[in-house]
Amino acid sequence: MCAGPRRCDVALPTLAVHKFASCDGCQLSLLDLEDELLAVAGVVQIANFMEASREVLPPPYDVTLVEGSITSAHDAARIKQIRKETTVLITIGACATAGGIQALRNWKDVDDFSRYVYAHPEFLDTLQTSTPVADHVPVDFELRGCPISKHQLLEVLVAFLQGRRPNIPTYSVCVECKLKGNPCVMVSHGTPCLGPVTQAGCNALCPTYDRGCYGCFGPMESPNTASLADQWKVMGASDKDLVDAFRSFNAWSEAFRVESDRRETSIEIGGVR
Amino acid sequence: MTNAREISVEYLARVEGEGSMRVKVVDDQIEHVEFSIFEPPRFFEAFLRGRPHTDAPDITARICGICPIAYQMSSVHAMENAFGVTVDGSLRELRRLIYCGEWIESHALHIYLLHAPDFLGYESGIHMAADHRDVVEQGLRLKKVGNSIVGLVGGREIHPINVRVGGFYRVPTKRELEALIPELEWAKDAAVATVRFVSGFSFPDADLDYEFVSLSHPDEYPFNEGRIVSSKGLDLSIPEYNDYFVEEHVERSNALHSRIRERGAYHVGPLARYNLNFEKLTQLDQELAHEVGLGAVVTNPFKSIIVRAVETLYAVEEALRIIDEYVEPSEPHIAYTATEGEGHGASEAPRGLLYHRYRIHDDGRIADAQIVPPTSQNQLTIERDLRSVLEEHLDLPDDKLSWVLEQSIRNYDPCISCATHFLDLTVERG
Repeated sequence: MCAGPRRCDVALPTLAVHKFASCDGCQLSLLDLEDELLAVAGVVQIANFMEASREVLPPPYDVTLVEGSITSAHDAARIKQIRKETTVLITIGACATAGGIQALRNWKDVDDFSRYVYAHPEFLDTLQTSTPVADHVPVDFELRGCPISKHQLLEVLVAFLQGRRPNIPTYSVCVECKLKGNPCVMVSHGTPCLGPVTQAGCNALCPTYDRGCYGCFGPMESPNTASLADQWKVMGASDKDLVDAFRSFNAWSEAFRVESDRRETSIEIGGVR
Repeated sequence: MTNAREISVEYLARVEGEGSMRVKVVDDQIEHVEFSIFEPPRFFEAFLRGRPHTDAPDITARICGICPIAYQMSSVHAMENAFGVTVDGSLRELRRLIYCGEWIESHALHIYLLHAPDFLGYESGIHMAADHRDVVEQGLRLKKVGNSIVGLVGGREIHPINVRVGGFYRVPTKRELEALIPELEWAKDAAVATVRFVSGFSFPDADLDYEFVSLSHPDEYPFNEGRIVSSKGLDLSIPEYNDYFVEEHVERSNALHSRIRERGAYHVGPLARYNLNFEKLTQLDQELAHEVGLGAVVTNPFKSIIVRAVETLYAVEEALRIIDEYVEPSEPHIAYTATEGEGHGASEAPRGLLYHRYRIHDDGRIADAQIVPPTSQNQLTIERDLRSVLEEHLDLPDDKLSWVLEQSIRNYDPCISCATHFLDLTVERG
């Protein structure tokens, strides 16, 4: 079919967008590309994107974007089918790449959670854990962030269309603060910050707004979480504060999970400090 | 011989989140109507327990990527209610301003990309752009104006980082806000053009008896504050919410259904706000509404698209007023002490009333949380509408019938991600 503002004389690569447990924010990032959306729709065929279109073209697809984490048996089966139907699978956002905020259930009894929110937990199909897509199927690229940066999303799409590696830095938020000329919030006004262990991509947003980074892009490559946690304690944070800080939108990412577990263990040994 | 038709839409398009619809008609008698939500539950209320109260605006924002400001506003107002704190002056104005941004962004998205294609017979806004590129570009630019307000005041468009209990982390300078004025002036004309454009669509007949519910404030069109009022006489303070409204868990839906105690379904969102607060709109809004044939009360849910456009215009005008009158506050937030207690907050998300309640421990951590999103509150009303639209349009073939039923669901701009703590469309004809 040929509809939309695009050339009709060439076969365009097909794009699918799927959603699992999530807030919709990362796929909304595609629609938030107000200046580029129609241009994107001119070079890819949007083949299956329920939030934007009733039209669904049959698989296979060239590139599939997946938002959201796997939290039900139905979804665990659905992601396997989606993997079969696409050449390239890209996961977008903290839910799809790390389990999301809903992975806080992984430390709790989900039956207790169900009873707290729902009168009839027996109506629900829900797993004990919220896990990233890569725990279930092979993933070609993981784009971090809660939410993702729409500019990074555009870079990833263009890179895959051009057959090159996406230029997504894996250094820390600190680098972005330095590039922006921000005074360090830890050094200059004693505000605890996760920037030293968090992957860049937000353009050092929180420090620019006079607050500490809360880690929404997840761990950078090779983060020294233990050292940063010690520094937070020097600044007066408790182990409980550290558990809360590491257990947020990327709680189930390995580096943050390990550090939060370590701090929880020291609460159990030493009492709450 | 019986003639049964079943129409089902397993995954509704152009709504936020995962929902479906099923209807069954036997011998032109409606046997079954169901609008359900299969989006998996995420248990926000459960994992908020034990978290610092200061986490609430950041965490609850993640319930919805389309209306994070609504969650941030209802949560900070609930906390401030618990601690006896009042945020006023320029900080209060900045909260209205960021909410204007969210309304403009969310309404423009819904009008142009999600809902207008139904009226014009396109599968999507992208398809619509092939024939109406200038219209879609106008919609995207309008959406961007809203996003630029949220981006400046909140730090970023989705999941802003600058909202906190007591105010903000950093407040914008007058000069930063004034930079938004030229695009807002353009947006004012574009919003007027949007009202005229969408009012030219053809609207299915529908005149239903609703109980409309929204906030109402003596001096202003409601965003963050006011009393909860209804078109059938309710008038209560926000903390009395649970005395009048109740949530139920039904099997077909991962969203709780809300009803007014001993009365039933009610209607929240743009139509409710407009009908209950018409006189609070600006003179320009009211005159334009009359020009395009809207009275002070609109009961045809298909015309919600016009009301959304009027509200978009209001939000643009209000943003211009706030920027014009803005005086930089001396502090970005006001100091407070967290104490043990219970707090209630309600604000007007683009889709309608959003209620939050928290109980706080003496250490400032959350003991208990309750969040009632607009789409849960509209769920019963959406099903009632489906039944009525189905009755009106039984003569249509299945594909056309399915489309008008889907369109009637999209009248509510349902946000399923929100309501799940919520949607699935099947029309069955046996």
